[in-house]
Amino acid sequence: MATKTQVIDIIHKVSAAIGENAQFLTDLDNAIGDGDHGINLARGFKKVEEELPAVADKDIGAILKKVGMTLVSTVGGASGPLYGTAFMKAGDAVKEKEEVTAEDFIAMLEAGIGGVQLRGKAEKGEKTMLDAMIPALDAMREAGTADAKAMLEAGLKAAKEGVEYTKTIIATKGRASYLGERSIGHQDPGASSFTVILETVANTV
Amino acid sequence: MVGVVIVSHSKTLAEGVLEFCRVMAAEAPLVAAGGMEDGSFGTSFEKIKAAVESVNQGEGVLVLMDVGSAVMTTEMVLEDIADDSVQMVDCPLVVGAIAAAVAAEGGLDFESVKAEALSAWDARKLS
Repeated sequence: MATKTQVIDIIHKVSAAIGENAQFLTDLDNAIGDGDHGINLARGFKKVEEELPAVADKDIGAILKKVGMTLVSTVGGASGPLYGTAFMKAGDAVKEKEEVTAEDFIAMLEAGIGGVQLRGKAEKGEKTMLDAMIPALDAMREAGTADAKAMLEAGLKAAKEGVEYTKTIIATKGRASYLGERSIGHQDPGASSFTVILETVANTV
Repeated sequence: MVGVVIVSHSKTLAEGVLEFCRVMAAEAPLVAAGGMEDGSFGTSFEKIKAAVESVNQGEGVLVLMDVGSAVMTTEMVLEDIADDSVQMVDCPLVVGAIAAAVAAEGGLDFESVKAEALSAWDARKLS
């Protein structure tokens, strides 16, 4: 699905996509959260880009771990420990690999979701990034790994549907939970940023 | 003495809680870890880690947090430090911090300081 060089290229593209969507994601977060999601993530990924050359000769697992650690150190909001843990766990799933297959990508996403659940103590249906991540994983498993592009597109479609679903439910995790029913009608910023990331992967592979 | 770290998204909130504690506990190893490195709103892994190390006199360190990423980032710092005598305590921030600071200043051991912080849950203001 992707060589190490391509993985590094994807990370740069993810950073660019998050940068382009920073204001959009922050506006979503302003509506139901503390209004820092996009700006924080963009700052984190910018730093990730600065750190990438230093780990370019390492394996993909080590590179993703570095991405995660950098996000933890630089994001500042909840998305730092959440995405940070997700990338670190995804890195563990592809230790010492120089190339990522479609099967590996499923294993990475599964490990990443496990990381987010461990760190955020959330489940599906609480209006969080998991509401895009878990449907994406399920759809990719169902699509199968024979055609990586088709697999990613199935995952992206499910993630987008997951974002739409977050508009219909009450937030019970994070600061959006203080809004109760007033959180209905707003899409979750974390589910949205995950979808931006997955869309970048799907468009690049 | 047991060390106490106040973690908040807000630099001024963490420093304000510390200021309150200092009135009661001038000598205890207390430190605020609020905001990002540049003082902006958020929680910083490095700042929290450095704060924990700065008040660790070998008798344990208790970390009190506000909400959300303050809890998650502290959790990651503690996983990194991997020392059973450095722990988070789940209690109301202001009252818990004062209770912990006074207990630390009084030379109480780690478990006793932690119990004092947790007693903040029972500290009624109107009754």
